[in-house]
Amino acid sequence: MTNLIEVKNLKRTFDDGVKTYALKEANLVIKKGEFVAIMGPSGSGKSTLMHILGLLDRASGGKYLFNGKNVLSMTDNELASFRNKSIGFVFQSFNLLQRTTVLDNVTLPLIYSDNKVNTKQRAKEVLKSVGLEHRLNHFTNQISGGEKQRVAIARALVNKASVIFADEPTGNLDSKSGAQIMEILQRLNNEGNTIILVTHETYTAQCAKRIIKLKDGIIVSDEKIKNRRKASVEDIIK
Amino acid sequence: MLNTLIQSVKIATTSLLGNKIQSFLTMLGTIIGVASVIIIMSIGSGAQSLILSEIKNLGTNLVAVIPGQATEDDDFFSSMLSSFAITTLTYEDSIALSQSREIPNIMSVAAYSKSFGTAEWKSKTYSTSLTGTTASHLDVMGGNVEEGRFFNYEEEKSFSRVAVLGHDVKEELFGQSDAVGQKIKLKDYSFKVIGVMEERGVVIMEDFDAQIFMPIKTVQKMSGVSYIGFIRAKVYSEDIISETKENIKLILRDRHGIKDQSGANDDFMIKNTAQALDMITSITNSLKYFLAIMAGLSLAVGGIGIMNIMFISVTERTREIGLRKALGAKNFHVLGQFLIEAIFITVMGGIIGILIGIIFSSLIAVGAHLLGYNWDLIISLGSIILALTVSIGTGLFFGFYPALKASKLNPIKALKYE
Repeated sequence: MTNLIEVKNLKRTFDDGVKTYALKEANLVIKKGEFVAIMGPSGSGKSTLMHILGLLDRASGGKYLFNGKNVLSMTDNELASFRNKSIGFVFQSFNLLQRTTVLDNVTLPLIYSDNKVNTKQRAKEVLKSVGLEHRLNHFTNQISGGEKQRVAIARALVNKASVIFADEPTGNLDSKSGAQIMEILQRLNNEGNTIILVTHETYTAQCAKRIIKLKDGIIVSDEKIKNRRKASVEDIIK
Repeated sequence: MLNTLIQSVKIATTSLLGNKIQSFLTMLGTIIGVASVIIIMSIGSGAQSLILSEIKNLGTNLVAVIPGQATEDDDFFSSMLSSFAITTLTYEDSIALSQSREIPNIMSVAAYSKSFGTAEWKSKTYSTSLTGTTASHLDVMGGNVEEGRFFNYEEEKSFSRVAVLGHDVKEELFGQSDAVGQKIKLKDYSFKVIGVMEERGVVIMEDFDAQIFMPIKTVQKMSGVSYIGFIRAKVYSEDIISETKENIKLILRDRHGIKDQSGANDDFMIKNTAQALDMITSITNSLKYFLAIMAGLSLAVGGIGIMNIMFISVTERTREIGLRKALGAKNFHVLGQFLIEAIFITVMGGIIGILIGIIFSSLIAVGAHLLGYNWDLIISLGSIILALTVSIGTGLFFGFYPALKASKLNPIKALKYE
């Protein structure tokens, strides 16, 4: 398996008068097809790590190769284009456009994309794969939280991203909808998608294949899970 | 790129429709500005063409002699104002002009002395302007007698107490009954009505229907003056006007004992209608453009409102901007989206403004027609293009800074914005 993400001595400091280390040192390799959960208490630096890995934020020092490319030297616009092509995001608070249909939300990344695909067709395909083919023309305020998160997953898939970052994807959902989301993420991983999940819930993290734990800006453990939990809605209902 | 544009317009529409009242209030500045520019330009052009067509109807072969010295800058209105009290022109001057063999080009000459008075007939009264003139008035200024006749040369010279009534004067005093042959009272004198003029309306700010025409010497005697107000002469052809003006000058200088032929000591001025046309055009033009600029200022004020709403919009949609950037929007995508939104507001406002402007201009034209003016509805393509260009410009100018601010937002900070 090729290395998708490779970071060495990654640092992130914030300087608002007082210098604080959000990320002291991170060394990490993530291969294609992995399902990694990043865990840690709040303030541990897990969000900062995800933002840097997702190219939303810049590291203050260290080295970061994405698919072998040095991404730390890219300009803002190059990064935007790179995110568009290679990265999908699923956020805790969904971040869907209001007063906009489900279909238009999913086509959004394709608007900023250079490769010409039949955007509507592609969006319908991915919406079908998350089971929302009956909601295409609903507005985002007319659907449930679980459905909103599935729209977000469809949006992350629409550009055939190399990796999907999911930041607390079940944090705003009831446990049944949460389990549904984890089911979908596991299925996507089984189909070959690389997924990086940020969570503080052990139950959610156990759905991944590997757990990285952070504390005070340092990776304290990095283990493979031998018997990973199969996410299932029935499990929850029991 | 086209796709991005269509998408941006779609986003702008949704976001504007989502805040209908806010959007409308923002547009209001543009609407009022554009509508007033269109209306003012239309009224200006309409009034201008009305005045010009009236002057042209009178003929461009008219020459006016006004008392008083021409000033350096030849200011038409100040000389008109000062001419009221200047006593250098006389009835005899006009006789001399009409009888001189040295000016073969003059068709006819009329002298004027104006006054005001209240006419009485039975229990009715009517206050109006009294026009003392010569029997040649109709030859110079035109107009038709509806009933009876105009006074003749004999009556003009002999202080006859005869009056010819303008159309409205007759209607007001006599209503349906006959006026010709009746006696009216003016300043304690009794006058015999010998004629009634046909309806003519307002010609160059002078209402011919509201006047009472009388022999000039009679009016001079009533007002106790020996001078006259002005002289009008009709020339055979417009081509020989400047020659004729020189001839008039020679005769008047001779009569007034002015030896200086340079014109510096002249106590009279000679104007012709072509000059008046030019002057009125330039005056109405500058008035029109001045008012249009004032109206244009409200567009700029509207622009500040647009800037304000765009800042609010950028702040309200910070998370949306963050999301778009996370999904791959480059700076220029965000800049473009907000600029298009600002331009969209102003163009919508502009179009509504143009429609309102056209409707109001048409209503004004209809109103003017009802009042009896021969008013042309003129809405120039130029003023529409100008209004649209200025409104797009306002959108671009005032939308740019908020849009730039939006485009520079850091994606992660924007996403975390509460």
